[in-house]
Amino acid sequence: MLCKLSFKNIQKSIKDYAIYFFTLILGVSIFYIFNALESQTVMLKVSSSTLDIIKLMIEMLEAVSIFISFILGFLIIYASRFLIKRRKKEFGIYLTLGMSKRKISMILFIETLFIGIISLAIGLLLGILLSQLMSIFVANLFEADLTKFTFIFSSSAMIKTWIYFGIMYLFVMAFNTINIRKCKLIDLLHASKKTETIRLKNTTFCIILFLLSVSSLSYAYYLVSFGIEKILNIQDIFIPIIIGCVSTFFLFWSLSGLMVKLITKIKKVYYHHLNSFTLKQVSSKINTTVFSMALISLMLFVTICVLSSALSLKNSMSANLKTLAPIDLELRKKRNLTLEEVENQWNLNQNMIEDSKISLEDTLKNLEIDYQNLLSDIISFPIYQEQITLKDTLGTYYEEANKNYPYMRFALKEDIIRLSDYNTAAKLLNQPQYSLKENEYMIISDFDSTIPLRNEGLKRNTAIKILGKNYYPKYQECQNGFIHISSNHINMGILIVPDHAVEDHFIHENIWLANYKNTSTKAEKQKIEDVILKIENHPYIKNTSLNITTKLSLQEASIGLGALVTFIGLYIGIIFLISSAAILALKELSESSDNKERFQILRKIGVDEKMIHQALFRQIGIFFLFPLLIAIIHSIFGITFCNYILETIGNEKLIESIIMTAIFLMIIYGGYFLITYSCSKNIIKEK
Amino acid sequence: MNILKIDHIEKYYGNKSSLTKAIDDISFEVEQGEFVAIMGASGSGKTTLLNCISTIDKVTSGHITIGNIDITKLKGNQLNQFRREELGFIFQDFNLLDTLTSYENIALALTIQNIKGKELEKRIEKISQELDIKDILNKYPYQLSGGEKQRIASARAIITNPKLILADEPTGALDSKSAKMLLEKLDYLNRERQATILMVTHDAFTASYTKRVIFIKDGKIFNEINRGESSRKEFFDKIIDVVTLLGGDYSDAL
Repeated sequence: MLCKLSFKNIQKSIKDYAIYFFTLILGVSIFYIFNALESQTVMLKVSSSTLDIIKLMIEMLEAVSIFISFILGFLIIYASRFLIKRRKKEFGIYLTLGMSKRKISMILFIETLFIGIISLAIGLLLGILLSQLMSIFVANLFEADLTKFTFIFSSSAMIKTWIYFGIMYLFVMAFNTINIRKCKLIDLLHASKKTETIRLKNTTFCIILFLLSVSSLSYAYYLVSFGIEKILNIQDIFIPIIIGCVSTFFLFWSLSGLMVKLITKIKKVYYHHLNSFTLKQVSSKINTTVFSMALISLMLFVTICVLSSALSLKNSMSANLKTLAPIDLELRKKRNLTLEEVENQWNLNQNMIEDSKISLEDTLKNLEIDYQNLLSDIISFPIYQEQITLKDTLGTYYEEANKNYPYMRFALKEDIIRLSDYNTAAKLLNQPQYSLKENEYMIISDFDSTIPLRNEGLKRNTAIKILGKNYYPKYQECQNGFIHISSNHINMGILIVPDHAVEDHFIHENIWLANYKNTSTKAEKQKIEDVILKIENHPYIKNTSLNITTKLSLQEASIGLGALVTFIGLYIGIIFLISSAAILALKELSESSDNKERFQILRKIGVDEKMIHQALFRQIGIFFLFPLLIAIIHSIFGITFCNYILETIGNEKLIESIIMTAIFLMIIYGGYFLITYSCSKNIIKEK
Repeated sequence: MNILKIDHIEKYYGNKSSLTKAIDDISFEVEQGEFVAIMGASGSGKTTLLNCISTIDKVTSGHITIGNIDITKLKGNQLNQFRREELGFIFQDFNLLDTLTSYENIALALTIQNIKGKELEKRIEKISQELDIKDILNKYPYQLSGGEKQRIASARAIITNPKLILADEPTGALDSKSAKMLLEKLDYLNRERQATILMVTHDAFTASYTKRVIFIKDGKIFNEINRGESSRKEFFDKIIDVVTLLGGDYSDAL
């Protein structure tokens, strides 16, 4: 009997449940897709280093899943609370008919069970289907060959989804029972008749609060944009975040009051068509929903920042590789090591002192590597270090720099390279070549954080002294460039001097840049790389500071990292987006019964359907747009800040990823908006 | 001049097997500047009649002409436009928007007709003086008494200068004092503004404020009496006579 009643109820209120149902299905399928990634990546043929990154990624996704399940859990509880609110009268009637509260709880329990099972089933089905698409995307990301299509089904992900969502539904059931037990019959029966008292806010207080929140927001914005240098350690980041959150809340509170006051004053706008009605609709609800609006705004903000940063990070990593690793191999080895150096650096040992006395070529011979047959385009050059430190190159700017960048290691010795060596290397690395007069030097760097610092030193025409001779900067700014292949812009600065400036005993490192001989495809390169990497097992390797960087390993690392960031970004971003859109949609729909009466009155006094729809559209539109607008303003600064932090990795193609994010947002958020609008339209149509 | 002409209208509910004749061939006319009451017990068909006149419901057969327009032939948005421009409504449960102040509620009737600015202010100023609601214009419905709410609703109904004001049990939710005050105001609007008012009621006291009362029973016109030159008290007695004639059921509804 109860079962029948519950089932009938669901059927009857399917319109109210539609968006809840839709959200649940989406939530389940996304949860499944990201948890099923593990079994998808297992299918791929990738190298062991990529496998390590995949492992890390899976672990992180698992951790994120717990966080996500909390968010979804709250969303579901929130949603069911709304649905109960909407059905209070129905429950009231059950109670007057003599049904016990326990039985009503039972009805709700069965309903939740029904909905839970159905949404889980459909969601999983959808998830399994979509994860097939995802596997193409995954293969693409890891640049693995997806030679033949295999249908991938992850039973572990399915079981996990069952368990997580099962627990969530249990919580919902418990919550519903408590909610019903607390209800009083009289309130249930009169739930729809309660007239809402409109609390008018004190204008002066609103203005003061508004100004306060705007100025504190501006301060938070300043902190993360122009005042960014003041953020020195990780704790400092929380200051603007906390200020931002609190002032967003107050902004919504004050703005909701002020907006009404302001527009009411503009009579031409206010007394036009249904504007007064629409505005009051919005404001009456904003009064009671300030907190959730602010929360939604913040969630959207996180979504926008996470999505666009993650996408840009991934984009720029692959773009960086092309320019920053144009050759296959770099070998570097420390020369002229001293006992002191060895003791101070964790990765060096005393045996290496002996090895540092011989050339890199000899080391390779000791390692029994047949480099002549493996490598082509070999360029060999030394890097020098004299007594010159960063402090010396800053000259008179040092005092100020020390104050502004207290964490910078100014006593670090500068790397120096001879002009002719640099030009030969630059040719191979597709970099511009330079010329210097005999008393000139220059600095190349591509690390955005140190460039301004160094530029200050160069602008002051700071002289450096090598072997008693003074050299002056040729350019007032650092020139863009690098020597070592890498996946990021991390060259903090290398000094280029005329060839005669340095002597052999300054040699600090030997560098070899080379390509693999007669290779064009990845497979051919991999073959040679495997041979070279065998030296890791050679007994002599312990006695040398030889360091090998290859393009392929850089690629794998960056692809893996890119995929990791992309997946976690997508996961969090999409769930946040869905949650906030769903909360808004449910809020709108649950209040549509109140709206129904109001729109009915409008119809009675002869308002056109068109005008009514327009008013409804605007009302819902404002509700969806308002938090989004604030979130976008937040994001402008948020993304700037993310950019600054991720500068080392690069922020190329930022615009592209912002556009991608916007498309995501449009589809999901806009979709929820449209569904809400059409559902509300249906609800107010009912008589 | 005829404002309202009702010509042999019928309204059936249900299907062939169980047919309910809510209105069974009713015809009457209302002149401009008249104040007419329609009386009848619950289920007599008076509300259905009002719904048909107000274009909220459609007749099964017959014609209703308001001004020169046959409203049974109007469709969709024409109906809305007609309702908004030619008719004013006063409902038993006021139907004020709880989110708007009294002023805004009244203004809404004008803004949906694209009347704005000075004209809007002027009209509201005038009507609020006439209906004695100036002091409550800035209050919200929940801050008002029933009588005050109904006066606001009346102001909203009349402000667009409609051809016909339709009032559905306007005193139904009011205490006797407020009811009396409202009726005096309606009477005032009828006299001073030449407003044509058609009121549905089952209350003899309320009906006694009008100039003519049409009695309906089981969907048909049962009787019709004119006030003529008689005083309100005398008219009330006449109405009570007819009500007694109408029989047992009706007295319950009183």
